[in-house]
Amino acid sequence: MNTVIFRTVAPGLAALMIMYSIFVLLRGHNEPGGGFIGGLIGASGLAIYGIACGVTEARRALHVHPISLAGFGVFLAALSGLASLLVGMPAFTGLWWIFEVDGTEVPLSTPLIFDIGVYAVVVGSVSAIAFALEDDDEEMD
Amino acid sequence: MPITIEPGEPLGPTIDFSVALIAVAPFLAAAIAPLLKRFVGPLAGWVLAIVPASIFVTLIGFFTPVADNQVIRASLDWIPTYGISFSFFIDGLSLVFGLLISGIGTFIVIYAGGYLAGHPHQGRFFAYILMFMGSMLGLVLADNVFTLFVFWELTSITSFLLIGFDHSRQAARRAAIQALVITGGGGLALLAGLIALTVMTGQNSLTGMLMSAGTAQEHSLYLVALLLVVGGAFAKSAQVPLHFWLPNAMEAPTPVSAYLHSATMVKAGVYLLARMSPVLGGTPEWFWILTLFGGATLLMGGALAVRQTDLKQMLAYTTLGSLGLLVMLIGVGTEYAILGAILYLCAHSFFKGALFMIAGVIDHGTGTRDITALGGLGKAMPITFVAALLSAFSMAGFPIALGFFAKEEMYIALTGGVWPDLLFLVVLIVGNGLMMAVGLLIAIKPFTGALTATPHKPHEGSLSLLAGPVVLGIAGIAAGVLIGLVNTYVLSPTASTITNTAVDAHVAFAFDLADPAVWASLATWALGALVFWKADAVRSGLRRTGNAIGFTFDAGFDAAMFGLIRFADAVTRLLHHGKLEMYVLVMFVVLVATLYLPMALTGTFPAMPGFPVLTFYEWGAIAIALIGLGAVVFSRVRLVAIAALGIQGFAVALIFLLFGAPDLAFTQFMVETLSVVIMALVMTRLHVDGRDHRELEVAVRDGAIAIAAAIGFAIVLLGVLETELDLSLSELFEATSTPIAHGRNIVNVILVDYRAIDTVGEIAVVMAAGVAILSVIQLRARKTPKKRAGTPKPARTSRRAAS
Repeated sequence: MNTVIFRTVAPGLAALMIMYSIFVLLRGHNEPGGGFIGGLIGASGLAIYGIACGVTEARRALHVHPISLAGFGVFLAALSGLASLLVGMPAFTGLWWIFEVDGTEVPLSTPLIFDIGVYAVVVGSVSAIAFALEDDDEEMD
Repeated sequence: MPITIEPGEPLGPTIDFSVALIAVAPFLAAAIAPLLKRFVGPLAGWVLAIVPASIFVTLIGFFTPVADNQVIRASLDWIPTYGISFSFFIDGLSLVFGLLISGIGTFIVIYAGGYLAGHPHQGRFFAYILMFMGSMLGLVLADNVFTLFVFWELTSITSFLLIGFDHSRQAARRAAIQALVITGGGGLALLAGLIALTVMTGQNSLTGMLMSAGTAQEHSLYLVALLLVVGGAFAKSAQVPLHFWLPNAMEAPTPVSAYLHSATMVKAGVYLLARMSPVLGGTPEWFWILTLFGGATLLMGGALAVRQTDLKQMLAYTTLGSLGLLVMLIGVGTEYAILGAILYLCAHSFFKGALFMIAGVIDHGTGTRDITALGGLGKAMPITFVAALLSAFSMAGFPIALGFFAKEEMYIALTGGVWPDLLFLVVLIVGNGLMMAVGLLIAIKPFTGALTATPHKPHEGSLSLLAGPVVLGIAGIAAGVLIGLVNTYVLSPTASTITNTAVDAHVAFAFDLADPAVWASLATWALGALVFWKADAVRSGLRRTGNAIGFTFDAGFDAAMFGLIRFADAVTRLLHHGKLEMYVLVMFVVLVATLYLPMALTGTFPAMPGFPVLTFYEWGAIAIALIGLGAVVFSRVRLVAIAALGIQGFAVALIFLLFGAPDLAFTQFMVETLSVVIMALVMTRLHVDGRDHRELEVAVRDGAIAIAAAIGFAIVLLGVLETELDLSLSELFEATSTPIAHGRNIVNVILVDYRAIDTVGEIAVVMAAGVAILSVIQLRARKTPKKRAGTPKPARTSRRAAS
């Protein structure tokens, strides 16, 4: 399936999917989407990139080991839950900061950070598995 | 932790927090011991001994209030919800034990400083032994029974560390594990027994149980609680048939043997039995269990001690005998028997601790502990010789050492003339005689006669090695001389605690030939002297008998452990066979069972639903799903089947979308895509055969299970639809998600806000699963190359051809 067409299209497609995954992640609080589904889209993008351009190249593009990304995600999610302890609220109480940027409301919150953590876990775990499975193809080809 | 002071009880207990500190201080000292060792070097033993010495002095201060029958208590909150507190108290019994532990502990720490001088892990040793000391003090001072249990198990764990201190030797490791299994297992029995007692008496503190003494004996669960508590005590105090771990524990360095396995830890069981006497005692069951097992242990310990030639083994078996003696006396339970037990407890701790240390000094000074290889050391080691004689004097029960009074009291207790008493009297005389002979052998044989060649040239021990034996030897005699003080401050309060009645002890020196107890003493001495004189003949006789019997409990333990491992192995083979197909099969069979059983048992099957009215595109989605399923079932090539499964999944996602669950549909699309990709990768990666070669009957079996599971799910879902939908949570989320959680997508708000802790758990599982899958794949990757070089698998070639 490693055709020229696929290899040419894949990097662009992967980039597009990862951008789209971040869009899905960020809009998730109000529209269909969120960290889990966004993470799955992102992982698919990385998997496609890995199939097309080789796992070595995909790993290099990601910079960090996918499992480290997953670990960081769990850490971030847990940490975002503990933030409310600092202001004397029970753990996992959502804290919101709403900014005005150029006339548009930009809400930031600990649930958002939490969702980013979920995203990182899903992207990291799934792409780690995909890369490991794809790795074998590399050796054989 | 908040400190709460309990309100005064009717008895008027005094509150003093130094009681709690006593149990904590050794742990603090243990934490700094290795560091301290680095700074003060050889003086570490002397410096660290300040801790137990201060505890000893603090405890001395409690003499007067305890003699006035006061109880001193301290309590910290632990689990207030269950009314469990971290509480301590001091009465006569705990005071005696506390003094023995801290007093002898002081000399043991000093002794260890000399005995292990230059050992690379001496700092660690100090830490272990101080931790043990804290555990033991906590055990005897504990009031709440769960506090007691925690310290009880801590003594087992620290004992494990200490026996296995020399962990490079296999024998030491085995002895450590054996001791842990026996005493730790006994601890579990004790926990069950303590819980039973808590339920029976409605009290979870010892002081409370003592106040409601008499209720447990009437309870229907009495025998169960008795057996559990006594079982725990017997394991700890090495009573037959759980005795064999104690001689093996002599693998530990000598300070450990002197401290844990003679003077303190093994007495924990005795402490517990003494403590529980008012709560569990006074019944025929108590009497017979304790006297019979104690008596058997006494005789066995005495006889096996004479059989040994290793000084430490000889002492270890006499310790068994002494523990049996104490258990027997507590079982008899009369005032004289209890007085005898307390006196013997103190005397034994003095002389046995000292003799163990002397065995260590001899070992240190000559390089051997074999009594047949030692002789004529008196000249080279005069102080050791004198200290050994002092201890043996008390061990033999010569007047007017403390051991004499102990023996007199126990004989007085049993010269009433009724038949079980006479039997026990004979057992005591034989046991005491044998132990006396062993004491004399150790104190006289190595030091007299012709000088024999030993691995080292014999030399006297250093001050730190001799301080303990000398002081304890003198203490054993001095306590006998000052018996009046012992009466007031030790015997009366302790005996009052054990019997739960006011006892006013008047033990005094008397040697009246009209008293049958004196004749029992004379018989003991005669027997001891005879065995001492004919030691070699007795030893070889006992060895022949032992060889003729052939069975040892030690070997029995090995057989039991081996059997346990075999059993575990068999269970593992049965359940964890590594056949993936069987795992999946079992999982699905269980799934089918869980789907149908509840419905079958309650007889609630849902009604058949009416035929649905659907639009043409809804029919279309269902048709796609069915086509996908058909392709899964009928395709011969596995890759096609995987892709077809994806088609079916997409169709289901489409149905979700049509019925208004875009989030679910969205996720389903992604999950299906990734599943197909990953399953296809797994197929190629694991070189699975590209075709399904299942035989017909296997295919039928799997198909039947699959269909059964599917129908089961359908029925369960129909059943769910029949129940009334509880909308209260949905309404809550709808009403609050925008105003308080700032999100219109309720699904997402639930995930990241309302139930964020659940999500944290789930993503942690996702990560863990990722790590696990990764390691499994990489494990295979490392194993496969050799195989691959040999025979290329068909799957690989076909895939190549395809690409």
